Amino acid sequence: MNEPSDSEIPSGEFSRRKFLLTGAAGAAMTGLSRLNAQEQPTPGPHPMKPILTRVSFTVNEKMAELEVDTRTTLLDALREHLHLTGTKKGCDQGQCGACTVLSGGRRINSCLTLAVMHQGDKITTIEGLGTPDRLHPMQRAFVKCDGFQCGYCTPGQICSAVAMLDEIKAGIPSHVTQDLTSAPAFNAAEMRERMSGNLCRCGAYCNIAEAITEVAGRSA
Amino acid sequence: MKPFTYERATSPAGAAAAALRHPGARFVAGGTNLLDLMKLEIETPPHLIDVNGLKLDAIESTDDGGLRIGALVRNTDLAADERVRRDYGVLSRALVAGASGQLRNMATTAGNLLQRTRCPYFYDTNQACNKRSPGSGCAAIGGFSRVHAVLGVSDTCIATHPSDMAVGLRVLDAVVETIRPDGTVRTIPLAEFYRLPGKEPQLETVLDPGELITAVLLPKPVGGVHLYQKVRDRASYAFALISVAAIVQKDGTGRVALGGVAPKPWRVEEADAEMPNGARAVAAKLLAQATTTPENAFKLKLVERTLASVLAEAKGA
Repeated sequence: MNEPSDSEIPSGEFSRRKFLLTGAAGAAMTGLSRLNAQEQPTPGPHPMKPILTRVSFTVNEKMAELEVDTRTTLLDALREHLHLTGTKKGCDQGQCGACTVLSGGRRINSCLTLAVMHQGDKITTIEGLGTPDRLHPMQRAFVKCDGFQCGYCTPGQICSAVAMLDEIKAGIPSHVTQDLTSAPAFNAAEMRERMSGNLCRCGAYCNIAEAITEVAGRSA
Repeated sequence: MKPFTYERATSPAGAAAAALRHPGARFVAGGTNLLDLMKLEIETPPHLIDVNGLKLDAIESTDDGGLRIGALVRNTDLAADERVRRDYGVLSRALVAGASGQLRNMATTAGNLLQRTRCPYFYDTNQACNKRSPGSGCAAIGGFSRVHAVLGVSDTCIATHPSDMAVGLRVLDAVVETIRPDGTVRTIPLAEFYRLPGKEPQLETVLDPGELITAVLLPKPVGGVHLYQKVRDRASYAFALISVAAIVQKDGTGRVALGGVAPKPWRVEEADAEMPNGARAVAAKLLAQATTTPENAFKLKLVERTLASVLAEAKGA
C-alpha cells in the first residue's frame, strides 16, 4: 500500500521468538532455491519453479556476487544471503521504513525493490555507516539521546536521517518548504515532514528528533 | 509472489517488443507499487522487463519552450529540478505532497502515472473487485466508501486514482509520449490517457499491450501562482481524501484540477472559466456530475472549501 494505514502497521505481537523462527524458515528457503539451481525452469507463460539469476553489487564497499531467485527483494538479499541483519523487515510493503538503506547515497525502501534491479549499484546499510568502535555521528547521537525503545526501527531511522540531511543540503524541496525557488533549511517542520516515511511504534519520536537535530546542528 | 523470468531491456523499442513477446509481462522501473502488488499476488506477471537501463532519465528543454521529462526521472529529481520549481511549481508541490522521501527516490514519472488504485477492496483479495477480478463485483459499493470516488464512477467500480503528480500534470496540460511494440511513437494528451471504469474497470489507460511510456511533455510555462492543496487524514504520508491543483493569474483567471475524487485527475474546462467567480461557482461546475455514497458525500463540501482556501491563498501570494 506504501502509505501507512493504522491497521496495517506491524504490532508488538511480532515477538523476538517468532522473528527468529521466521528468519530460520527464510534461511531454509534460501537453501531450497539453491537446490533448484540445477533444474530448468518450466517453460510457458507462468513458470512454476523459482527462476535463479546472478547479480552483483557493492554492499558497504565490499563486492557481493549472488545467485538469487528473481523474486528476492534487496532486503531479503541483504538479510538472508549476506546475513547483514541490521536492516530490518517491518511491514514489507513500504509503509514503515525499517528496511531503509542507501543506494548510491539515496535512501530507499529495500523491501520494494528486487535484488536483480541493483546490478552494479553501491548499497550502504547500517553496518556500513559505522561500527561499534567507530560510530557514525548519527548513530552516536541516537545512543546519546536515547532515540529508540525497542530498537527495531532504529537502523532505518538512522539511514533515513543521514540521507535526509543530504537531501536538504542538495536543495530538494519538501511538502513544508515555503519558497520553492530558494534552498530549504533544516528546521523542526522540515525534519518531521521528511522523516514521515519512518515509523516508530514505541513512539520514541521526541528523542529521535533530538538526535537528528543535534547532528544537523553540528553539520550545518 | 509467483515466480517470474527477468530481463534488462537495452532500448525502448526492444522493451516494448519484449512485452509483446511475453503475454502478461510487466515493465518495472521504481517497483514501489508493482512489487507491493506482486507480493499480494494481485499482479502475477510471468516476466519482468527492467527498464531502468533505458537512459530515459533526463529533463530537457523543448523547442517550443516547454520541458521533456524522461519516463525514468525519479519523483525526487523532478520535484527538485530548478526549471520545474520555477516554472511549473504546481508539479513540484504535487510531487512532494505524495508518498515518503524513500519512495520518491525510487518512483519514476511513468510509474507514478501507471500506479494502481489504493482502494482497500482492490487490495483485499478476499473481497469482490471488478478491477482485480473482472466480473466478481464491487465490494466498495455498499461497503466502507469514505475514501472512494464521487466522479467518473460506474456501477462496477468507484475506485480513485491515487497519484498527486498526475493532478499537477493535468492542470499543466501535459502530454504522454510512448513507443509501441512495432516501433511507432505517439503522443497522448494526459486528458485522454486514463479510461473511466464503465463496464471494464480493469482497463485503466488507453495504452496498447506492450506500449511503453518514454516521456511526459510539458508545454511552455503559463505563469501565474501555482498551488497544490491536499487534504488527508494525516499531515504527511497519506493518500488524498481530495486535492486541488490550481494555477491562478493576477486577473483571477486560471485553471484547476482535482485529485482523490475520480479514477483520473478531474478537470472540467467550464470550471476553469468560473475561476474569477469564486470557489462555489468553480465547484459547481467541477462536481456537476457527482455521484456520492452517504460516506463520501463530504468530499463535495471539502472540494468547495479547499478551493476557497486555494483561491484566497492565490490572492495573498
